[in-house]
Amino acid sequence: MQIQDAGGQLTSRTTYRLADLADYLARLVLPFLGALVLTTVVLLTVDVAPLDAYRILLFGAFSTPIRFGDMVMLASPLILCAGGLTLTFAAGLYNLGIEGQVVLGAIAAMIPLRLFPDLPPPLLWMISFAFGAAGGMIWALLAASLRLGAGVNEIFAGLGLNFLASGIALYLILGPWRREGSASSSGTALLPRELWLPTVGSLRLAPLAPIIALVSLVIVWWVLSRMRWGLEVRAVGLNGAAADRLGVPAVKRMAQAMAGCGLLAGLAGTLQVLGVFHQLIPNISSGVGLIGLLVVLLVLARPIWVLPVAVVFATFTVGSVQLPLTLGIDSSIAGVLQGALVLAALVSRGLMQRRRRA
Amino acid sequence: MEIAVTNLTKTFGSLRANDRLSLRFASGKIHGVLGENGAGKSTLMKLVSGFLQPDAGQLEFDGQPVRLRGPGDALGAGVGMVHQDPLDVPGFTALENLLCAAPRRAFPSRAMARTTLTTMAQRLGFTLAPDTPVGAMTVGQRQQLEIVRLLACGARTLILDEPTTGITAAQAQALFEALRQLAADGNTVLFVSHKLDEVAALCDTVSVLRTGQLVGEQLPMPQPQQRLLELMFGERIVQTSGQALLLAGVTVNEPPGVPVVHPGQDERSSEASPTTPLVWQLEQVTAREGMVRLRNVDLRIPQGRVIGLAGLDGSGQQLLLRLLAGRLHPDSGRILVNGVDMTRARTRTYREAGIEYLPADRMRDGIVGALSLTDHFALLQPAGITVDRQVAVQAARDAIAAYEIKATPITPLIALSGGNQQRAMLALVPDACRGLACEQPTRGLDVASAQGIWQRLQARCATGCSVVFASADLDELMAYSDEILVFFAGEMSALLPRATLTGARLAELIGGVGFERSAP
Repeated sequence: MQIQDAGGQLTSRTTYRLADLADYLARLVLPFLGALVLTTVVLLTVDVAPLDAYRILLFGAFSTPIRFGDMVMLASPLILCAGGLTLTFAAGLYNLGIEGQVVLGAIAAMIPLRLFPDLPPPLLWMISFAFGAAGGMIWALLAASLRLGAGVNEIFAGLGLNFLASGIALYLILGPWRREGSASSSGTALLPRELWLPTVGSLRLAPLAPIIALVSLVIVWWVLSRMRWGLEVRAVGLNGAAADRLGVPAVKRMAQAMAGCGLLAGLAGTLQVLGVFHQLIPNISSGVGLIGLLVVLLVLARPIWVLPVAVVFATFTVGSVQLPLTLGIDSSIAGVLQGALVLAALVSRGLMQRRRRA
Repeated sequence: MEIAVTNLTKTFGSLRANDRLSLRFASGKIHGVLGENGAGKSTLMKLVSGFLQPDAGQLEFDGQPVRLRGPGDALGAGVGMVHQDPLDVPGFTALENLLCAAPRRAFPSRAMARTTLTTMAQRLGFTLAPDTPVGAMTVGQRQQLEIVRLLACGARTLILDEPTTGITAAQAQALFEALRQLAADGNTVLFVSHKLDEVAALCDTVSVLRTGQLVGEQLPMPQPQQRLLELMFGERIVQTSGQALLLAGVTVNEPPGVPVVHPGQDERSSEASPTTPLVWQLEQVTAREGMVRLRNVDLRIPQGRVIGLAGLDGSGQQLLLRLLAGRLHPDSGRILVNGVDMTRARTRTYREAGIEYLPADRMRDGIVGALSLTDHFALLQPAGITVDRQVAVQAARDAIAAYEIKATPITPLIALSGGNQQRAMLALVPDACRGLACEQPTRGLDVASAQGIWQRLQARCATGCSVVFASADLDELMAYSDEILVFFAGEMSALLPRATLTGARLAELIGGVGFERSAP
């Protein structure tokens, strides 16, 4: 191994590359096959023709402009969350608190909307996005400080803060921010029409949402792959002690990665308020943070892959909405497919690693 | 029990770690297995103890062919292996470790397990308390516990992989006594080492591996060291370098053209001139970390010196190194670096003052395994928004050429061999470094790699950098230090010029014989 002539090194490198390629293909193909098998089994057990179901799941979101708009409006916050999570993933942190960060972003975004409804809408939107980003960031920093200051694992801190966040949302909806007349747990009063993000024609598609999402994703990609900060964050995530020895302020970088993720989650929450629900509802995040976690389990710390995977996941979800009407099955099959995909990817990744070690 | 292997082969990718080995280890004897790093010793032992499965070939225990699917199978058949790093549960006590790893119904009660533990430990001359948490034990004690556990589980053949790494001389003595006793009782002992003197002191036979092949089979001890070295390293090193022999404890005439400073022939005086600027100055420093403490240390280290830290593992050497590198702050006293008071300064300030720290465990806190040399150089660039990849790649290329690292600029460092990783870590030390605190700079390296590392370190010293290093290897300490600090029982000696010491004297000092702490 150590005494290797140039020729020997060359051959071992080329074989290594071939093995890499095979690995890569297996990594892409195996999860899909695995997920399809799993989902097909589920579909067959409920007596549904799998091909019909897959047609709807895969193409349903593109069948009408309305559905396509819905897909984009789901993909946008998803891209924000998953993009943010690539930051924390790179730093070696599992930010399970992202749901709470989305909720806090939404709550914070509501504050200026309620306080200054008379400001010109564009200005109000900007303030609202700033508030939302700050809200998500503060919530993320809270989890980070629990981890870095008190030694609470960020997974548990995040989960706890998720409950706290939805508790706060519910309290606001039933308490101080309740509707005129009777309080309802279905949400606060709808925002005035002129505060909704402008949409394309009669669609629910607000072009600002995908623009914000894509710009953020490009920034995340640039930061992680080109900026010194990104390299430092990756070094900390791979080996904190060694990074520290090389002069990287590890604790600071971890906190900053969390803050960055919280900021993006806060923007996602703001989008949910301004562009999707136009009110604060208890389930304001619609689980977009959790799906973001699934996405990031697939793409790891590679932001480039966030866009296709997030779009595919949003497609599944939007397509599945038609399932109850056309095939008479519940729409949760989209979740089955997404979950099976991630599970199969994790399994094949694990098998791959075991094979390489053996 | 007799162990026999026939045509045993194991490959990892393109590397033939074991190439058609055929060997027979007779029972009731201690068998040494020698070889430099990467020769295939550990692979062979892992095959025999079931941690790895062979690609081809046959294993026989007492004449019976066996197929081992795991270490449990091997232990069931009577073969147990003590690993270099103990594989135990640190959170458990000694007794709990014994219980949880024993086969079912081996111990009907805790009381019986306790009795077994204490009697076996006593018989072997080990100091083991059943209720001590393993995490609080020394490496030597954990090794003793592992031996007791394997024997209690029915092992009749013990495999020890570099067992004297990281344990005290007294523990090594106790270990050797115990191994002799076990062999006398009819057990087989396989002793893997690259330390010739240990093999000579302990083993009945010795087998030598080189690049996966058997080059010396069951040679009866004693053998001339020269011959063993030739078998281990081939003709090349023995003929081209006296340092290899020196490290192995053999004195030969210095061959010409070796750019290594040799003991006794150092043109520098052993006393630094009083006008040489100081890199480090410690005044009445008291510090503690865990159980280890240093009291009222006064120390002056001028530029361009190599200071060796000798002593039993955990006697305070690491503590001093961490103090010198600013990774630990003293409870009292003052630390001056280049004449500036840095007593309470942060690690970053130490780095900016040109102090670098090289930890012993490279992959844990030395380098980021998944990143390449280029990435590492990029991290070392002065702060800025972006990194200059071109500059980093060039720096990596230069380092690869200058330090003879077998890698490309973009190879992840984890894919390199230990020696190359160590050279990479050294290459990452900036040229402006004034003081280098190294923990076991050549741990786990073969002789040629270790020698390469020392050439680099000495080249740095020539430019005024001072090196302080801790090592468990007396030969290394004697070969490279200008002065030696001996640590014993939480005390530190004065700086002892190497010329005034011999290896034997140093060994005595480490054991506390005639030890004097530096004047308070």
